[in-house]
Amino acid sequence: MALDRIMDIAGSGLSAQLVRMNTTASNIANSGVVAGSEAEAFRGKRAVFQTILDQTAVRNAMQATGGVRIDRIQDDARPLQEMYSPGHPQANELGYVWGSNVNEVEEMIEMLDASRGYQNNVEVIKTSKDLMMRTLEIAKA
Amino acid sequence: MSTIKDYFGLNEQALQMRNTRLELLSQNIANAATPNYRARDLDFAAAMKRAGSQVNLTATQGNHMRMSPIQSNIASGAVVYRVPLNPSVDNNTVEMGVEQAKFGRAAAEYQASLQFLENRISGLRKAIRGD
Repeated sequence: MALDRIMDIAGSGLSAQLVRMNTTASNIANSGVVAGSEAEAFRGKRAVFQTILDQTAVRNAMQATGGVRIDRIQDDARPLQEMYSPGHPQANELGYVWGSNVNEVEEMIEMLDASRGYQNNVEVIKTSKDLMMRTLEIAKA
Repeated sequence: MSTIKDYFGLNEQALQMRNTRLELLSQNIANAATPNYRARDLDFAAAMKRAGSQVNLTATQGNHMRMSPIQSNIASGAVVYRVPLNPSVDNNTVEMGVEQAKFGRAAAEYQASLQFLENRISGLRKAIRGD
């Protein structure tokens, strides 16, 4: 029965999208963090997805794939906000502080996209569950 | 036994194919945000043609490799890549609306195949009971 494999695939999608939502939530929560040096400043995080390859298929040089997983969590490479504010408790000797490079609008969009992706996978599970239940009842016909 | 199998005809394989197709489409949906992922689908006509003239390989030893339905369909060229309507920046060719529509339709087709099989079974049961 391969309908349960569909559930595995969609389940991997659910957990991947959840990680993505978590990183987005962390980005939004940390967007106001100010640090006293460039190294300590908060950089936005992005989850990078990767397809899970079916190992036996890889050996046979086939492109059979399974679900999805998180390849890595990447730091956003865009420049940080360097601000001159000598009164700030975190300011360095020249009076500068570094804010995060998180763009809240982008994060909201990322969050929406992740939640839509999550919903799609939930629908897939729901549908395959219905089909599975109907298939179980085939002998009752 | 073979007469009963003949009676079911291609319905059994058709159900398998529908299932394989649903699996491929669910992979597409799960990988909607994966960079460089290319959406795939089952060429149903080619897959059914193959099923009609199928040579079944049997695993006679433990270390013989078993192919999943998807793998054997890839091997016979029935799994095809989708041509996207719009290109995307990260080379991902999954278009969610398209995949959703195809998944919904494939689920309905699965139910249709199931219904055909159910009808066959109830017909067979009637013939056995004689009522």
